[in-house]
Amino acid sequence: MNPGPAAALDAPEDADPTEGGSATRVDQGDRGWPHRHLLDVAGLDGHDLDLVMRTADEMRRILARPIPKVPALRGLSVTILFYEASTRTRVSFEVAAKNLSADVVNIAAASSSVAKGESLIDTVRTVEALGADVLVIRHGRSGAPDLAARVFGGHVINAGDGWHAHPTQALLDLYTLRDHLPGGDLRGRKVVIVGDVLHSRVARSNIWSLTTAGADVWLCGPATLLRGFESLAAALPAERSLTVTTSIDAALAAADAVMALRLQQERMSGGLLPSLREYAAGYQLNAARMAGAAPEAIVLHPGPMNEGIEIAPDLAAGGRSVITEQVTNGVAVRMAVLYLLARGRDLEAGDG
Amino acid sequence: MTARQIMTADEIRRALVRISHELVEKHGGTADLALVGIQRRGVPLADRIAAAIAANEDVSVPVGALDITFYRDDLSLVAHQPIVKGTDLPFDLNGLTVVIVDDVLYTGRTIRAAMDALMDFGRPRAISLAVLIDRGHRELPIRADHVGKNVPTSDEEVIRVHLLEVDGDDQVEIDRLGAGVATS
Repeated sequence: MNPGPAAALDAPEDADPTEGGSATRVDQGDRGWPHRHLLDVAGLDGHDLDLVMRTADEMRRILARPIPKVPALRGLSVTILFYEASTRTRVSFEVAAKNLSADVVNIAAASSSVAKGESLIDTVRTVEALGADVLVIRHGRSGAPDLAARVFGGHVINAGDGWHAHPTQALLDLYTLRDHLPGGDLRGRKVVIVGDVLHSRVARSNIWSLTTAGADVWLCGPATLLRGFESLAAALPAERSLTVTTSIDAALAAADAVMALRLQQERMSGGLLPSLREYAAGYQLNAARMAGAAPEAIVLHPGPMNEGIEIAPDLAAGGRSVITEQVTNGVAVRMAVLYLLARGRDLEAGDG
Repeated sequence: MTARQIMTADEIRRALVRISHELVEKHGGTADLALVGIQRRGVPLADRIAAAIAANEDVSVPVGALDITFYRDDLSLVAHQPIVKGTDLPFDLNGLTVVIVDDVLYTGRTIRAAMDALMDFGRPRAISLAVLIDRGHRELPIRADHVGKNVPTSDEEVIRVHLLEVDGDDQVEIDRLGAGVATS
């Protein structure tokens, strides 16, 4: 790729014209991965998203092999530090790291020194001193991964922080949508996010990645769970299409994809809803409501599901549902992210 | 510009035709023979060798593409992002004689990685190696079975293989390291 320090490389890399400088540049899209951490999707542009998607394609081919394992991250240590309960995201990262031959350490905060009062910064420093190259962190407080990134010498991946961001979920949702939409093109496609948008880091991350990909994004739910998003929609530049509505019928009309969000009962102390039953009556995704959507429209859910509340069980298990694919794609996308971060640039290079 | 041409388009074509004959002769026919090009310039070379075999023998041997990015041992030495180009092996390589095709053989590390990658897809009966240029300086006990041209080089030189399919023209140049690639 680069002739400079590449004396140990075979010559085809020396001669690769794709890194600029040569008159015969062919693949215009072959730009590298410029980020040291993955804390948010708001900082990813269309090129970055494409690179993750293309790398995830290759990862999915690896997953289809009899032995889904390559030595790409051999010798690399990935520490998974979760301050919040999770099964699928934690296991997904663990499987992804192991498929790339990385060494994986799992820390559940509840059973660690955190329970003895250790601060986040001290925990991160300890994890680094124990040899971690990549830190995958989930925390109930928004911004905790940013704080960790400030003290951690390696790469930090945000696996969900408070209401703020859940970048790998947004990337796997994007991957799943591209997989199902003709030509993998989201431009002009109506993607509806229904439910508890207010408390949802999944929604906040998806808004950025989906509008970057050119989708026509709609947010729908009771007014109390959409607070603040109308002003966000108004403040976005014209090329990002975001519509906020309390009308489920208007939202679902001719939709190409619908994502149900989990009603976050654990964050629902403020009297935002009269009752779960009333929410279900007004906003549950079910077959009848989906009749207004495009015939081939797909249904997504980031999980875990409260079946019978935000989504009807028959819809979740039905032919439109791609919820199981989301889980499989999650492993491929997380492999891509781990690979791009850890191998994409020198640890020393540092862009803060 | 210090670059010097060491192979013309015609010389490349003749070398590949010769390699195609050698391959078939050494293998004793084309049964259970497959070609696998290493991304990126090995892929069009494998296609051309397969086309030459088709012209000589009237049989089409299976051709695959191998991306060895995930198998490299020198990623930390690469300053730029290795972009994944994709692996496509549309045949079962168990029991086949697989000929790895690449443009330049240098340290041998690419070939080591390619053999590891192939083994993850099955158990070939044998693996052999065909390259357009052998420039020496091996760091591993690896040698090519079929060579288009042996080019003695120093570590301060680079070999630039241009192929029509990738670069728009066919030729091989030798240059001083760092010359001609302004951004390096």
